[in-house]
Amino acid sequence: MSKITTEDVEYVAGLAQLILDDDSKERLVHEMGDILNYMDALNELDTEDIEPMMHVLDLANVYREDEVKKSLSKEDVFKNAPKSEGDYFLVPRILDNTES
Amino acid sequence: MSQEIIQKTAHELHDDLRSGATTATALAEAQLAHIDGHDDKVKAYLETWNDEALAQAAAIDDALSKGNDPGLLAGIPIGLKDNLVTTTGTTGCSSQILKGFESPYTATAVQKLYDAGGVMMGKLNMDEFAMGSSTENSSMQKTANPWNLNCVPGGSSGGSAASVAANEAVISIGSDTGGSIRQPAAFCGCVGLKPTYGRVSRYGLIAFASSLDQIGPLTKDVEDSAWALNVLSGKDPHDATSADLPVPDYREALGKDINDITIGLPKEYFTDSLGDDMRQKIETAVDVLKAQGAKVVEVELPHTNHGIAVYYILATAEASANLARFDGVRYGFRHPDAKDVKEMYTMTKSEGFGPEVQRRIMLGTYVLSSGYYDAYYKKAQKVRALIRRDFDQAFEKCDIIATPTTPASAFEFGAKSQDPLEMYLNDIYTTTANLAGVPAISLPCGLTEQQLPAGLQLIGKPFAEADLFRVSHAYEQNRGFDMGHAPIA
Amino acid sequence: MEYEVVIGMEIHVEIDTKSKVFCGCKNEFHAPANSHVCPVCLGMPGALPVMNREMVNKSVAVGLALNCEISRWSKMDRKNYFYPDQSKNYQISQFDLPLCHDGSCEFEVNGEINKIGITRAHLEEDTARNDHTQGIGESGIDFNRCGVSLLEIVTEPDLRSAEQTYAFLNHLKQTLLYLGVSDCNMEEGSLRAEPNISVRPVGQKEFGIKSEVKNVASFSGVQKAIEYEFKRQVKALKKGETLIQETRGWDADQGITVPQRTKESAHDYRYFPEPDLIPIAVDEAWEQEIRESLPELPLARKHRTTEQYSLSDYDAGVLTASREMADYFEACVAAGAPAKLATNWITGDLQALISDAKADITNIKITPEQLAAMIGLIEDGTISGKIAKDILPDMFESGKEPKVIVEENGLVQISDLSELEGIIREILTQHPGPVEDFRSGKMQAKGFLVGQSMKATKGKANPKVVNQILDQLLNEE
Ligand SMILES: [Mg+2]
Ligand SMILES: [Zn+2]
Repeated sequence: MSKITTEDVEYVAGLAQLILDDDSKERLVHEMGDILNYMDALNELDTEDIEPMMHVLDLANVYREDEVKKSLSKEDVFKNAPKSEGDYFLVPRILDNTES
Repeated sequence: MSQEIIQKTAHELHDDLRSGATTATALAEAQLAHIDGHDDKVKAYLETWNDEALAQAAAIDDALSKGNDPGLLAGIPIGLKDNLVTTTGTTGCSSQILKGFESPYTATAVQKLYDAGGVMMGKLNMDEFAMGSSTENSSMQKTANPWNLNCVPGGSSGGSAASVAANEAVISIGSDTGGSIRQPAAFCGCVGLKPTYGRVSRYGLIAFASSLDQIGPLTKDVEDSAWALNVLSGKDPHDATSADLPVPDYREALGKDINDITIGLPKEYFTDSLGDDMRQKIETAVDVLKAQGAKVVEVELPHTNHGIAVYYILATAEASANLARFDGVRYGFRHPDAKDVKEMYTMTKSEGFGPEVQRRIMLGTYVLSSGYYDAYYKKAQKVRALIRRDFDQAFEKCDIIATPTTPASAFEFGAKSQDPLEMYLNDIYTTTANLAGVPAISLPCGLTEQQLPAGLQLIGKPFAEADLFRVSHAYEQNRGFDMGHAPIA
Repeated sequence: MEYEVVIGMEIHVEIDTKSKVFCGCKNEFHAPANSHVCPVCLGMPGALPVMNREMVNKSVAVGLALNCEISRWSKMDRKNYFYPDQSKNYQISQFDLPLCHDGSCEFEVNGEINKIGITRAHLEEDTARNDHTQGIGESGIDFNRCGVSLLEIVTEPDLRSAEQTYAFLNHLKQTLLYLGVSDCNMEEGSLRAEPNISVRPVGQKEFGIKSEVKNVASFSGVQKAIEYEFKRQVKALKKGETLIQETRGWDADQGITVPQRTKESAHDYRYFPEPDLIPIAVDEAWEQEIRESLPELPLARKHRTTEQYSLSDYDAGVLTASREMADYFEACVAAGAPAKLATNWITGDLQALISDAKADITNIKITPEQLAAMIGLIEDGTISGKIAKDILPDMFESGKEPKVIVEENGLVQISDLSELEGIIREILTQHPGPVEDFRSGKMQAKGFLVGQSMKATKGKANPKVVNQILDQLLNEE
């Protein structure tokens, strides 16, 4: 029994913006299932009183001062752009105009 | 003559350049010629920067002739892993999605090498986005192990390790997220250092897993490693996670005795999964350190076995976000057939990323997704804290922890690429140092029965690289054998 | 059945930092597209964010003004979603440990104090602008706004009417302007307010199903959207329909909301701690330093202005509408002007001049001291109120001292009895009719004679003295 189903794989692929063919989905169900099973070994450990570790460095309050620095030249901005026109990057039609 | 030059270390060349025994130009020419003659077999380089390298070398020679000091690494040929952005050439992370990317800025670590006079030879192959342990995940080419062309060089800094082993660079720079410097260094018989997290700026290192990534040098010997770290280290205002601590002159640690050093041997590393051959190599190496005056004690790192699980949860989670930016809008590949934005994302990513990268994005997305965060991500963060605590407690009993770098020496192409989990388990000895943020170095400790290099890993306390170098150097100077050169070198 | 509306607000405020929140690019609205971008805000491979200290300072100031608790330990998180207004396809924001939380805000509605709970105020980065006018089937993206310092303020669902919401938003804006943390320019998107609206039968404790309304460009738009949603939701409920939790867009032209997204499950943002940034730890000392730098806030200032200067609630409200106006007023009083007169001049003639010139009280030539001096000239009888009204535009234009203008134009008031008596006697002989009228009991005829006297002196006659002389002369015979 795998940890995850084809539906799980499809849901995650949707979040990650990946398209998978049926073979890949089946393969991932098994591979991810195996890996997640392996990861379940962590459940053996009692971590009730342990603070999750976000940073190995014991640091806080690292800031930059509010100073304006030079931005990139127009040439550098668009040098790698797959598509641009004038001062804009261009992308194909945005259908789902909802996020903000 | 030129064959001899390119076999030398950076510290030897440093003296030759100043005594007039050679010139930076002669060195750069010899290095480029050697790459030209050997890299068709090794395939370490993705691109070389001949014109730029020669121009740089000429400027170094000019400075030297005027009696100016052009820097600690002046004239030294250096190779760069393809995940360090440079305004010279391209930076592609060995991925189709970023192929041909011309960065508008240079990574801080690379800039420091330039400032120290290093002569950049070009970009080195790697596992795509540093995800892999064999460099087989490169979408560009297969890099071979110079000790045996049928074997992998390790990964993900496989090109970096192979280039040094094949004398195609005097120093190369890699990055280490879960062993990506140390494991290929072990496989290729060179010295590979992962500094303490925060020691070297990550600005301009294309992120795999931000809380684990560190840049470090792969070198021919320990002294070069210390020299390189002198140059690479330091606080960078562009990296909030770079440590604001003074950088000692690591060269001063070399040649000192190790009578005051206690070496800890973690029993969890010396289990049945470690081959006899490798175990014996490590024991012999520890004996060398003992003979030099170090004390040896057994220590415990009880959560070692959970390292891989923690690592693959945290690293893939961070990677799933880090790699989201490769969407075909501002740079890199965009699928030409995309008719709307949704298709632009999905078609670009599905075609641009290789299978291992997609697998890890899937895994990382899954462990962060609604309902699984606590079970996987948060749990892993907690066990990460336990792993760090293991090291803190072990370091109350010892100064340096000695382990094998890998369970076995380099494997053949294709040997592990069918089973991702088996490939991941190959990182078992290296990932915990990243999770704990501590510095670790891999040193060649002889050849296995297959005539492949074995790696001794020494792990130090946070920011105690000087101790690491001192012990490493003592071992290297007294190990009683010469590694010699790889057959292709 | 009677229904009531329940409203909570999500407000995004662009914080006025010189540079963006994580990089040194200039924070400027009017600039050519993509001219203020760098590797960090363009999400270039390898680039890393570093937090702007001023963003933290100004956000803590807002938190304190909203009576929030300031977290001693706070962190940034990544909010993951794909959209072309982001350069990294995650937004650096705050999830479970916001910088400011559990606050409240008092504001006035028709003279009554109302109170709203502030759930949290957290740091984040603004998004890029999509320009859909680029070409057929394509969108242009301008990353200048991407990475601009953004504070998201979330309130409790404590509001119960559109009118109350409108008053709260105005008060919040006034507070932010007092703090000087944002220009709150709604046309430029520096302040964006999104209501969460639900309805429930009066008396019911549980909240109804809410809708979140986006794309509202003004406070009056928010007000209208609430009114519309209230009607829409009540109508649906009365028809027996079940509402769904959804995001709706405000269509200002039609005055309606339209559904934007219905699947809340699509929000799987996969928040996790931003590993590239270091925790923010505002200790007591730092908090105290910011607290001490806070200006007096609008309600307190209005209250004090009423008391200290014995002004009406209305006058004090107008004067303290902006911190700058209130400062101007107090400087004027400090320079010697009686409070009520200063109020009248500032909120009357001066305000009119400022409006006509489309100027701002912070950048006008006439200083509070000059205005006080002018009022002083009226008070000591040097000029009449009429003359003062005439010279104010001159002062406004030239920035000259009122005394100089009065002298240059010979506008000193005539208060000399014998000089005025001669002039008035002449007027009485010229206008025997009105004189007769007055003497026969038509008291209003006097007004005409005063007017004629003022006219003859080009307004320089001291009206008080004119009245005095007239009374005397008209009653003589
Ligand atoms: Mg937000
Ligand atoms: Zn920027």
